[in-house]
Amino acid sequence: MKKDIILAGVGGQGILTIATILGHAAISRGWQLKQAEVHGMSQRGGDVQSHLRLSDKEIHSDLITMGDADMILSVEPMEALRYLPYLSKEGWIITNSNPFVNIPNYPDVEDVYAEIRKIKNHKLFDADAIAKEIKANRSMNVVVLGAAIKHLGFSKEEIEDTIKAIFTPRGEAIVEQNITALNTGYELG
Amino acid sequence: MEKLMLLGDEAFAQGALDAGVSGFYGYPGTPSTEIIEFIQRSKQANADKIHHTWSSNEKTAYEAALGMSYAGKRAVVTMKHVGLNVAADPFMNSAMTGANGGLLVVVADDPSMHSSQNEQDSRFFGKFAMIPILEPSNQQECYDMAFFGFELSEKFGIPVMLRLTTRLSHSRSGVIPRERLPQNEISIPENPVQYVLLPGIARQKYKGLIAAQEGYEKEAENSPFNRYDLEAKDTSKGIIASGLAYNYLREVYGEEPIPYPVIKISQYPLPMAQIHKLYDMCDSLLILEEGMPVIEEMLKGASFKGSKPIHGRLDGTIARDGELNPNKVAKALGLEDKYGMDVPDIVAPRPPALCVGCPHIDSFKTLNEALKDYENARVFGDIGCYTLGFLPPYQSINSCVDMGASITMAKGASDSGIHPSIAVIGDSTFTHSGMTGLMDCIYEKTNIVIIILDNSTTGMTGGQEYTAKGRLEEICIGLGVEKEHIRTFFPHIRNHEEMIQIYKEEIEYEGVSVIIPRRECIQTLKRRTKKGK
Repeated sequence: MKKDIILAGVGGQGILTIATILGHAAISRGWQLKQAEVHGMSQRGGDVQSHLRLSDKEIHSDLITMGDADMILSVEPMEALRYLPYLSKEGWIITNSNPFVNIPNYPDVEDVYAEIRKIKNHKLFDADAIAKEIKANRSMNVVVLGAAIKHLGFSKEEIEDTIKAIFTPRGEAIVEQNITALNTGYELG
Repeated sequence: MEKLMLLGDEAFAQGALDAGVSGFYGYPGTPSTEIIEFIQRSKQANADKIHHTWSSNEKTAYEAALGMSYAGKRAVVTMKHVGLNVAADPFMNSAMTGANGGLLVVVADDPSMHSSQNEQDSRFFGKFAMIPILEPSNQQECYDMAFFGFELSEKFGIPVMLRLTTRLSHSRSGVIPRERLPQNEISIPENPVQYVLLPGIARQKYKGLIAAQEGYEKEAENSPFNRYDLEAKDTSKGIIASGLAYNYLREVYGEEPIPYPVIKISQYPLPMAQIHKLYDMCDSLLILEEGMPVIEEMLKGASFKGSKPIHGRLDGTIARDGELNPNKVAKALGLEDKYGMDVPDIVAPRPPALCVGCPHIDSFKTLNEALKDYENARVFGDIGCYTLGFLPPYQSINSCVDMGASITMAKGASDSGIHPSIAVIGDSTFTHSGMTGLMDCIYEKTNIVIIILDNSTTGMTGGQEYTAKGRLEEICIGLGVEKEHIRTFFPHIRNHEEMIQIYKEEIEYEGVSVIIPRRECIQTLKRRTKKGK
């Protein structure tokens, strides 16, 4: 089994937290992982992506081969489209619909949605609004993750355990917020 | 032992720590920064008082590491590829002095220029200096090569280069650590002339370096990191893959065996006997390497007089520039080149930008206003976040070349008659390479305005300390700038008029002016406030 996931967003939106949770869950299964991150100049409000590769066998390349990704998991709708060359024919796009507008020429958001809807396997929802509704404003990324996990072959319990393991040092309240965010996202998946 | 999840940079850092290093020296630069940052956070390193303070620049870092090696202890010096240009003088000469305690020069290259001005390949530098080079292909090798590199360095008494690239530096994977080694005790070099490169001695040392090459090559030939899989039946092609390229080669064949004979290179000088063997048994060669065509050029040069084709970046089989990836490798092998879907036209580029609340924004906006009345104004920029001031809506700067070049280029332009000639440089960059240029200006009373943007950190690389923090005015006065022409202000909208006024006054002054807009980087400020809560 292998899962190749492109995580996409804008610098500072928390895609590395998603990578940490999924990576931790994979390791708990005894899987291997490679995770290519972006550091440096691009982090300053530019587009960022992470190649996350999980497998029960040896992984060679740190980069995902174009046309091979099982999923584009994005916290920003236009950023989800930027990595389409990587998506496999049966691959999923799971993305937040709330645009992050920090450039003057951001396209009409309805056009962005139309392009996402052209992809056979997609989930498009306002993860920011959902996070706000459940009073977990800072867990937008975990809502998006929640919607993805069944399509990645993980059980909800596995990810819950991981969230507990990772966030417990930061306090019960943070753990609870993230579990709620995960469950709410899961229902959308 | 338990597996650690580490970036390539961190895997090396932990490896060096476990291999008995006594000190890390370096200046921040993407993608090398995380090596020393990891050590600064490491409880193990702090408990053992392993040196991990940032140096003023790569040259001072290199020389300090050389001094630690002189004292018999193991030392690491880290930098990005262009940092080695700054440290080139001690680097080249350290190949002549050799090492006493193990000395590892860790250089992280940035093919595709994710965060750099060029994509120079440090293996050329290693070859130029005639020292052994290690090129890991994965995180475990990053870790293991720290042990191996120190051993190699001490066995031959020579600095060893470890070459990383962005994709490995910044990719995380599992690493199995080993038993720790103790640090070395102090031991002064036995040979009193080892580090004295007077011409007569240097000539002897150079003969020694030349004579040592055979041993280095033999070592590479038997390296645990080089592989010679020459049994494959299809000899229409032989493949040489170095470092990361070897992973991509294995990736494109997945679980299938590679049908051609393959040599994996992770240690240099090139094991030529094995490469000749491959050449003789195959009809052609394909060279896969991350970065510039270093191996390819060597093989196409004098070593091979034959007429068999050698394919790679030089003949266009693989693009001459840019980072390697599995798709490029698949194409070079004539395999199916997979592709998802095109990016829709509506997707707009999202370049990096100055952060909301960044003090540089106010400094640039007011500078633009102050320069409105000067038709011929030129603003020379430097290396840092503020290089983004080139982009709209600011469009404030006209150049970005190398660390410190703002001041000296502005000087040359001023010498040519350009007025106003303005330099914009960050506080950390000024510390790194700005002071000597300022001395030139003072000595000649150049008509110039130097703006030192003081955000009290090395911002672009994520907020590291630097050696002149809090002492910029003292330094400028000490170097000889007239007190009344060192002006500071707090770059903020509420001081808008004052800032423009100061810029204008100093432009009108015929001589050296230094203006210091001072306000903390919004990122370090956020982090500090968060911590304080």
